[in-house]
Amino acid sequence: MKKHWEILVVDDDEIACESLAAWLREDGYPTDMAFSGHEAIDKAKKKDYALYFMDLKMPGGLDGIETMMKIRNLYQDASVIIITAHATVDTAITALKEGAQEYIVKPCNPEEISLLVDRIIKVKNLQRQNILLRKKLTRQYRFHDIISKNPKMYDIFQLIRDIASLKSTVLIQGESGTGKELVARAIHYSGDRAKKPFISVSCAALAETLLESELFGYEKGAFTGANSQKKGKFELADGGTIFLDEIGDISPKLQMDLLRVIQEKMFYRVGGSQELKVDVRIIAATNKDLLKAVNTGEFREELFYRLNVINIQIPPLRERREDIPLLVRHFIEQLAHELQKNVNDITENAMRLLIDYNWPGNVRELENTIERALVTCKTNVLSEEDFTFLSTNRDKSERWSVPTNQSLQDVEKVVIEATLRRLDGNMKETATVLGIDRSTLYEKIKKYNIPRLKEDVE
Amino acid sequence: MIYLVPMGNIESDIVQSASLCLWHTFGFEVKRFSPLEIPTHSYDEKRRQYSSIEILRMLHKTMPKEAFRVLALIDKDLFIPVLSFVYGHAQFEGKVGIVSIARLRQEFYGFPEDKELVTNRMLKEVTHETGHLFGLTHCNDTSCPMTLSTNIRALDKKGVSLCESCKLLLKENMVEKFQ
Repeated sequence: MKKHWEILVVDDDEIACESLAAWLREDGYPTDMAFSGHEAIDKAKKKDYALYFMDLKMPGGLDGIETMMKIRNLYQDASVIIITAHATVDTAITALKEGAQEYIVKPCNPEEISLLVDRIIKVKNLQRQNILLRKKLTRQYRFHDIISKNPKMYDIFQLIRDIASLKSTVLIQGESGTGKELVARAIHYSGDRAKKPFISVSCAALAETLLESELFGYEKGAFTGANSQKKGKFELADGGTIFLDEIGDISPKLQMDLLRVIQEKMFYRVGGSQELKVDVRIIAATNKDLLKAVNTGEFREELFYRLNVINIQIPPLRERREDIPLLVRHFIEQLAHELQKNVNDITENAMRLLIDYNWPGNVRELENTIERALVTCKTNVLSEEDFTFLSTNRDKSERWSVPTNQSLQDVEKVVIEATLRRLDGNMKETATVLGIDRSTLYEKIKKYNIPRLKEDVE
Repeated sequence: MIYLVPMGNIESDIVQSASLCLWHTFGFEVKRFSPLEIPTHSYDEKRRQYSSIEILRMLHKTMPKEAFRVLALIDKDLFIPVLSFVYGHAQFEGKVGIVSIARLRQEFYGFPEDKELVTNRMLKEVTHETGHLFGLTHCNDTSCPMTLSTNIRALDKKGVSLCESCKLLLKENMVEKFQ
């Protein structure tokens, strides 16, 4: 284990530096040396050492404490032991205040150094183990590119597995940013069509005529500018899957055309007379209430039922807050790498803030938030200060206003009902969230005549 | 060949035991060198101890080239700058090492002389420092002489013979690095 932990000894006295380094090497720690503060910082930039032994008094403009501060700017968790032959209370306090783990006076007892190194390395081992376990956890909660440990999402994962190799159309519904395309991709890549194309089309992004030619292609001369024949997305997706995002935004004419493709598996290119036959699985998605659109006549009922053979409802992020820590860590890892930022953690307070936030833009908003915080982050840990831009947004987000014209009993009833609804009628969880016993919860449900959402089988 | 060099007032039977131990543990022929003067510049008046680094430097300069490894035995208390004392000091995978008898003697702690005990402690330290010369690092097995002992109680707890894994590592090092 020891060989993983490299130590840097920093001392302008070469003999002192070399002898301590040799002593640590004998103990199995790969140990480098630096003979000035500047050299130490240069070495630290190239390598993240597990532990720094830093002499307090060094010439050349950078003493031990200043060097330590600069290294801690690079790595907030750097463990530094300040060594000095001339101990004063002031320097000891300054060293510890600036983040030194220990302050030792030389010459010190070998036992003291040995115990100190052991203790710090033990903590480092635990931190590393923690990171590994977190990574394992993310893998465990990962299905294709979707990360979740929410029971509803688990049901969706299972449904995806079950339907992946079927040909039935799928309608994915969920607020914007919940990951509808990721679900569509997971369906495609879990099934028999995985090796065939997955073609994604955003129906809201294009005008009606453009969308028509985009989907079905066009023949040469079909319209001004159609200088050559072009294949549409349906042809390109042959054998695979076409993902029609924002399906609720398509025009009545396109709804008709689409219905014909679904029914007959055939279509014409724009301006063409030859019938084209394709084998394409259709997955559609929308953030709109399609049933409502059917009722108001904006969406063809027949098309709705043709698309809605298998329905997947993705819950918004605020209804699966347990996923926020997993997603936050995943985005930090992924985006820090992409942005080449040396950030690897987040403070507890910052995480709390993210968990409590309402996330109207769901996972996409969370991803953008982490990216923005990473860009401006000055240390290697994201803290509350890196998310100050969220507070203004948070004020705008939905807030519960305190009712001032209702009886306490009415308020209690409303709170119990809402909590039960949010937790799918789970009595145990509801009681925990409300901070009351389950028996008390039963009594109150009976008292207020609150309908039970499901049988309590716990 | 390992050169064994007494420095200061070291009893000849202690040197003899060390010599046998080195031959037995490391399998090298041991040459007992005639006692050497302790370099005066290695003495630190403030600390009233001898700098192991200065002595190792001197040994490195003065020992004959054919000496494959050199281990000195000294009756003075040794130090390195950061530590208050060391029982011994060796260049890791290097040529020279040293073991101090000073803190191995019962008299150092105010007890009557115990020749057997000091010999036993010396053998552990001789094996420990020579082990470093042959690339062994500290061992987690507290009964192995290669475990780090920073006080006399810990030193007394460990044994004289290398544990099985250190023996194996030593064998590998001998083949790979020191053939």
